[in-house]
Amino acid sequence: MKKLNLISAPVGIALGLMAFPAIAMEGNIFYGLQLEQFEYRYGDEGEKSAVWDGDAFAGTDELKLRWQSNGEQDLREDSFETLENRLVLQTPISDFFDAKAGVRLDTPTGQDRWYGTVGIAGLAPQWFEVDADLFVSETGDGSARLDIEFEGLLTNHLILTPSLETDIAFSDDREIGIGQGVSKVELGLRLSYDLIDRAVSPYIGVAHERKLGKTADFARDEDEDRDATYVVIGMRLMY
Amino acid sequence: MKIETAAGMLLAALAVAVLSLPAMAKPYELTVDYVEIDTGDTKTTGIGYNGSSPGPTLRFREGEEAEITVTNNLDETTSIHWHGQILPYQMDGVPGISFPGIAPGETFTYRFPVRQNGTYWFHSHSGFQEPDGAYGSIIIEPEKREPFRFDREYVVVLKDKHPHSGARIMRNLKMMPDYYNRQQRTLGTLMDDVAKDGLSATLSDRKDWGNMRMTPTDIEDVQGFTGLINGMSPEQNWTGLFKPDERVRLRFINASAMTYFDVRIPGLEMTVVQADGNNVQPVTVDEFRIAVAETYDVIVQPKEDRAYAIMAESMGRSGYAFASLAPREGMRAEMPEPRTDGPLLTMADMGMSHDNMPGMDHGAMDMTSQPEMAGMDHSNMPGMDHSAMNMGAKPADPFYASGSGLIPKAVNGGKFLSYADLKAQKPRYPERPAMREIELRLTGNMERYVWSINGIKYEDADPIRLQYGERVRFTFINETMMAHPMHLHGMWSMLDNGNGKWNPVKHTINVNPGTTVSFETEVDEPGEWAFHCHLSYHMASGMFRKVIVEGGPETALNTNANGN
Repeated sequence: MKKLNLISAPVGIALGLMAFPAIAMEGNIFYGLQLEQFEYRYGDEGEKSAVWDGDAFAGTDELKLRWQSNGEQDLREDSFETLENRLVLQTPISDFFDAKAGVRLDTPTGQDRWYGTVGIAGLAPQWFEVDADLFVSETGDGSARLDIEFEGLLTNHLILTPSLETDIAFSDDREIGIGQGVSKVELGLRLSYDLIDRAVSPYIGVAHERKLGKTADFARDEDEDRDATYVVIGMRLMY
Repeated sequence: MKIETAAGMLLAALAVAVLSLPAMAKPYELTVDYVEIDTGDTKTTGIGYNGSSPGPTLRFREGEEAEITVTNNLDETTSIHWHGQILPYQMDGVPGISFPGIAPGETFTYRFPVRQNGTYWFHSHSGFQEPDGAYGSIIIEPEKREPFRFDREYVVVLKDKHPHSGARIMRNLKMMPDYYNRQQRTLGTLMDDVAKDGLSATLSDRKDWGNMRMTPTDIEDVQGFTGLINGMSPEQNWTGLFKPDERVRLRFINASAMTYFDVRIPGLEMTVVQADGNNVQPVTVDEFRIAVAETYDVIVQPKEDRAYAIMAESMGRSGYAFASLAPREGMRAEMPEPRTDGPLLTMADMGMSHDNMPGMDHGAMDMTSQPEMAGMDHSNMPGMDHSAMNMGAKPADPFYASGSGLIPKAVNGGKFLSYADLKAQKPRYPERPAMREIELRLTGNMERYVWSINGIKYEDADPIRLQYGERVRFTFINETMMAHPMHLHGMWSMLDNGNGKWNPVKHTINVNPGTTVSFETEVDEPGEWAFHCHLSYHMASGMFRKVIVEGGPETALNTNANGN
């Protein structure tokens, strides 16, 4: 069942991509693929997991179709802690920001969830890359996510990237272990080296994940970890 | 088949239209081919003519009828634009404006009267074929004697050959505008600046740039190229032979996709005699900057029995081209150490300097050499700082914003050519005032890699309509942080550099960041023409207009009625 979900999301997305040229008749169509994170994590309590966070897009200056995907696979238990796919349409709303709207499907081990989503993505002053999204799930629960990243150039090839991602729930969704309030925070610090152009950039780093508030209480009730710190090793890929 | 018919009709029409048939030039045949381009470092598949990139040098004589048959051996449409040629618009070679293009396997015959002389070039106007190698040079010998002498001549074609294909570069820039910029400020330069300027000044500077979300290092969008001269890398060392004391005419052409070059020949003064194919009053310089698509003819006189280096460093210092002038085969000049002091843009280049009057830097104007300021309306000059006017000291280049980081300096401290130095040898048109002015703001969004004119991309823009017989003044206001070489097809651009009727006649006008530059055009060619920034990826992402000349004599093939 899980496998089917894993496949069905990309298939749906591929179908969407095939239909897309009809939407984007005007102008030149560009495409791109980026895996911001593609890494192996080793936790302070012996956790081992594989994590990815990436997106692919096709479209024009005015309208892009973007598929965002991220997941965390627990390699010891062969289960998916998280597995999210999003398909959004994206259009500029200011010099530096795009608005996006679409759907999200979570298919981790456990309960699935559909969401509708709207958000913005862009470059804030002082070079902060910002993604801010709102979600409403099929059960009517609202949530928000803020993702901030900064690329610090130590040299023109060696790049230190601090990142912050936080989830905020507007109501409890007990079934998927989410409690109202700030539910999760993830901090990262990755040191990458551009090995081949910007296409292949291996990195090492650290990441810290923490569940907060009622979400942390739910995790404790389920006897799950509430926080973890990892050493990460991976590769940033761009095509 | 269609194209052959069209070409046939055109030939017939031309035969009727031309009353006295001029002499036919030697007909040229060009094939457009996939070729291998080997720079020594990289071997890539590119596009060339008659099996090589660059293509051949085509020679014509003023007054002849040119005939060039072009056969497309590619599996995509191609075209050839004869850069700087004044010709019937159907022969101008811009797909979608002049003609439909040359389909794979098809042959198109270009025929046009050669009504000018000088150094020019040709290139594909389709997709990214020109960055991929589809370019060549043109020499047109004059009917009359030239006002300068030379014993031998060489074409010196500069090219920024990149290992990536043009299409891939465009896609990467759209995905990440600083994809190719490896000259950005880092922690290291931050520390250096703190040591030099103090912590608060440095942080304040970083804060200003960060608030704009722009960087002072956005000078060369596409780095990582190998500079070529006549298709040869520095390592491959193109060599032009001379005998000591000979006067050698070097016809410099910048056929680059994106790169301006600062050119010098250490040990030799260069006398500039022609710019964009038009004779200028000779000016002797130590170094000159050649914008993309421009040409400069210089005469040098090497006296020693040794090899001289032709050194062409890119404006942003991310690459260079090198060649030798040598008395014998097999010699290689000693290459000067490439400068590593890459320039940084300043707030003046952003148009944010308060005392800056774009394009007309009175703070640096040399009043002794310019008693008249032709065409300048003083009532119309906000922020003009007369107190800073310099009555006699060496002027900075007025074609850069005051305090610009891009103002060039000759390596040897000598004379660096400025647009202000260019004076036409002979005015091409009688002097008369322009009947109207068209203001064009050069605009863009670096972060999205979208370039435009008046904030509108080509695909969304109405054409610019001109009336046959009028004289129009175009004024560019560069609101971007990059220099743009603006090229109007089909009609001459008289650059207003304050020299009145001696304003130089050009086909490509460079507009530096934060400046305002004007040129005038006698609208004397009917038809539809392209008008664009000649940086390949700026042109492709929207800094482009169609110009329609309304009225005038019936043109031979006026079938291209659908507007864009």
